[in-house]
Amino acid sequence: MKTREARDTRQTVRYTEYHPRWYRAHVSTWWWLAGWPYLKFILREMSSVFVAWFVVVLLLQIRALSRGPEAYAAFELWLQNPLIVLLNLITQFFVIFHAVTWFNVAPRAMAIRFRGKRVPDPWIVGANYVAWAAISLVVVWFLVRS
Amino acid sequence: MAETISLEVLRYSPERDSDPSFQCYEVPLRKDWVVLDALNYIKDKVDGSLTFRWSCRMGICGSCGMMVNGEPKLTCATFLSGYAREKRPVRVQPLRYFPVIRDLVVEITDFMNKLQTVKPWLIRDQEKSLSEGEYVQTPEQLDRYKQFSMCINCMLCYAACPVYGLDPLFIGPAAIALAQRYNMDSRDEGAHERMDVLAQHEGIWACTFVGECTKVCPKHVDPAGAIQQYKLTAAIERFKSFLMPWALK
Amino acid sequence: MAKQSNEPVLWVLFSAGGVMAAFVIPVQLFLLSLAFPLGWIPAPRYEYMLALVRLPLTRLYLFVLCFLALFHWAHRFRYTLYDGLQIKHLNELIFVCCYGGAMFGTVLAGYLLWNFR
Repeated sequence: MKTREARDTRQTVRYTEYHPRWYRAHVSTWWWLAGWPYLKFILREMSSVFVAWFVVVLLLQIRALSRGPEAYAAFELWLQNPLIVLLNLITQFFVIFHAVTWFNVAPRAMAIRFRGKRVPDPWIVGANYVAWAAISLVVVWFLVRS
Repeated sequence: MAETISLEVLRYSPERDSDPSFQCYEVPLRKDWVVLDALNYIKDKVDGSLTFRWSCRMGICGSCGMMVNGEPKLTCATFLSGYAREKRPVRVQPLRYFPVIRDLVVEITDFMNKLQTVKPWLIRDQEKSLSEGEYVQTPEQLDRYKQFSMCINCMLCYAACPVYGLDPLFIGPAAIALAQRYNMDSRDEGAHERMDVLAQHEGIWACTFVGECTKVCPKHVDPAGAIQQYKLTAAIERFKSFLMPWALK
Repeated sequence: MAKQSNEPVLWVLFSAGGVMAAFVIPVQLFLLSLAFPLGWIPAPRYEYMLALVRLPLTRLYLFVLCFLALFHWAHRFRYTLYDGLQIKHLNELIFVCCYGGAMFGTVLAGYLLWNFR
């Protein structure tokens, strides 16, 4: 097809002959604010940042442990700092948000078939929650020693 | 129920306009009318220049996909009465993330090309001859891919997928779901051929499991599920090729 | 055959990290950073924590947790930067910062846990 330059007073437009000029809407950087599902998606993805923060705190704890009782006491004191407590509260919310959204989409990611029929989604979600509770109890058993 | 309802329809004429603009129409509010009925009323009685695609008007052809109040919908399946109580007019716009040719008509060649690249047909190394009879398939084998076969190519999932909007090279939900439909079909032997296309970065790996595609699908195909399941398949194949190259062709 | 990409490996790490993070981090974070410091539940003594972390199994668990959780973050954050901020043109930089950061954290965790006295 031939192309030609067309000039009008406002702009130079390139046409391919007999080909209309399509309109392409630009996707805004803030596309994710345009609806709750999209915002929820971005929040879910941002929960990964708080997962990384947990690792940071964990590594700080391990380092403090290895440096002796004074260092560990200082670390525990640092954890009581109101700003750190606030940050960790927010982290707690996001980490739970991650777990809940992860379990809820689990059945879609795995099509588990038992005896030819697909296992219903709620069973898979439920099984994940049961495992979550069981594993949490194990962690509690290891850490809560009064 | 009120007598009429307002529709705000996006108009774009490539000969006249450099940008689209909204035009408002008053349409009778009938209990059983869908948005498509309103558009046809406008075209018949009010403004014959309004351009849009439609065909079966019963949710099976996939032609009438548009954005209604910012959500991708089949206009033949979206009732006006659902919007009757709202103060604002019903906004009708062409399907998002596709170039607009005119008014509510979008250019879908990109999707058509991508669909072809995943080879959505049965591929066999050796066709059975007619005398050997039909390919036999049990109900369980049918069940493995049936959901993905329901796709009517309406592209609402593409309009809902932010990854497609941001990365035009992404193959997209429907194409991958249809590839899976054939991958999971017991009669098909072409899974490795499709993997070359799907396992590229602009295939399944660009997907971040937003899940909106599944939400808007009028036929409950669950393309998001198809993509995640295929990610696992592709990952297993990758590990196999790394660990046991002799096991693959 | 098309060029073998590394995406499947990164995705598997992301998934495993997601599973690990979902099951373990909520309760561990709650105890470690909220319940113990704020006194809701009596915190374990230093000697107990030291003995617990010294166990090879604990060290292995903590290493795997750090490794997978960091790569979970790296993969997810990388795609969020691609999509959320549309800064694709910084592709390579984002890739290196995310996975490089995760690798650095993993090495750090390994070093800390290996040399734990």
